Amino acid sequence: MSLNIKETIDGSFQLVGADFTHAGEASTQLKQKLAELGVPDGIVRRVAIATFEAEMNAIIYAAAGWLHYCITPQSITIQVVDMGPGIENIELAMQEGYSTAPDWAREMGWGAGMGLPNMKRNSDIFKIDSVVGEGTTVEMIINFP
Amino acid sequence: MKLSDIVNKLSLDVKTYKDGLQHAVTGAYVSDLLSDVMANSKEGHIWITLQAHINIVAVASMKDLAGIIIIGGRQVPEEVLKKADEEEITVMTTPLSAFEIAGRLYQLLT
Ligand SMILES: Nc1ncnc2c1ncn2[C@@H]1O[C@H](COP(=O)(O)OP(=O)(O)OP(=O)(O)O)[C@@H](O)[C@H]1O
Ligand SMILES: [Mg+2]
Repeated sequence: MSLNIKETIDGSFQLVGADFTHAGEASTQLKQKLAELGVPDGIVRRVAIATFEAEMNAIIYAAAGWLHYCITPQSITIQVVDMGPGIENIELAMQEGYSTAPDWAREMGWGAGMGLPNMKRNSDIFKIDSVVGEGTTVEMIINFP
Repeated sequence: MKLSDIVNKLSLDVKTYKDGLQHAVTGAYVSDLLSDVMANSKEGHIWITLQAHINIVAVASMKDLAGIIIIGGRQVPEEVLKKADEEEITVMTTPLSAFEIAGRLYQLLT
């Protein structure tokens, strides 16, 4: 199937902190949409990994957030904005294995300190911005062939 | 190898999405850390884990895994089974440990 994107498609999902029952629904719907648009499987999976990790961080660390996406014939941009505690040392947070996940999240198997590295590895462009006490914004761009 | 052959040979208990038994299995990954599975599992893999909570369904769906084997005879909550059926993820259980089930699966797949 060839890429079937004629114009810009954008939208948003609301994310609710600690709402594990619905966690992953934003990423699942976005993945389905890209597959329907004819985006190749390998690229869909990269978007899915990056989006899901960002969605989960917002749900684990923040009280609330948004996931915005913008799809063009060339690429997809995903922005996950949360109203959480923010990150004091981004360089440290980006290191594989670094985690401050609370015990309840670790019991669920979160807290390997691999989420941010997974996002970066699967994005063509990865940006993270954070203000302690205000929140964190992750922006990821993944190009289509 | 088809998932249905593996289910028969390893006497797995299939809890959800029986249509998935037709899928081809390409390998397996054993881990209880979700971001590790996001990073290192591959499409068509079976995921062996002790995690039985709702987020495992999304992980398997994001990575296009062939199914999940939950080890040690753990009970899988009803909401997880419902979600797995909705998302078309085959969840299976075994009384065996991760070591035992992975060892047997390794012999079948190599
Ligand atoms: N949205 C966020 N708000 C506040 N802190 C964050 C946020 N995202 C990441 N962090 C901080 O960065 C650390 C590393 O995040 P990362 O996603 O890489 O790993 P993790 O969430 O701890 O574990 P994993 O993602 O492997 O389950 C977190 O433990 C946390 O301290
Ligand atoms: Mg994380």
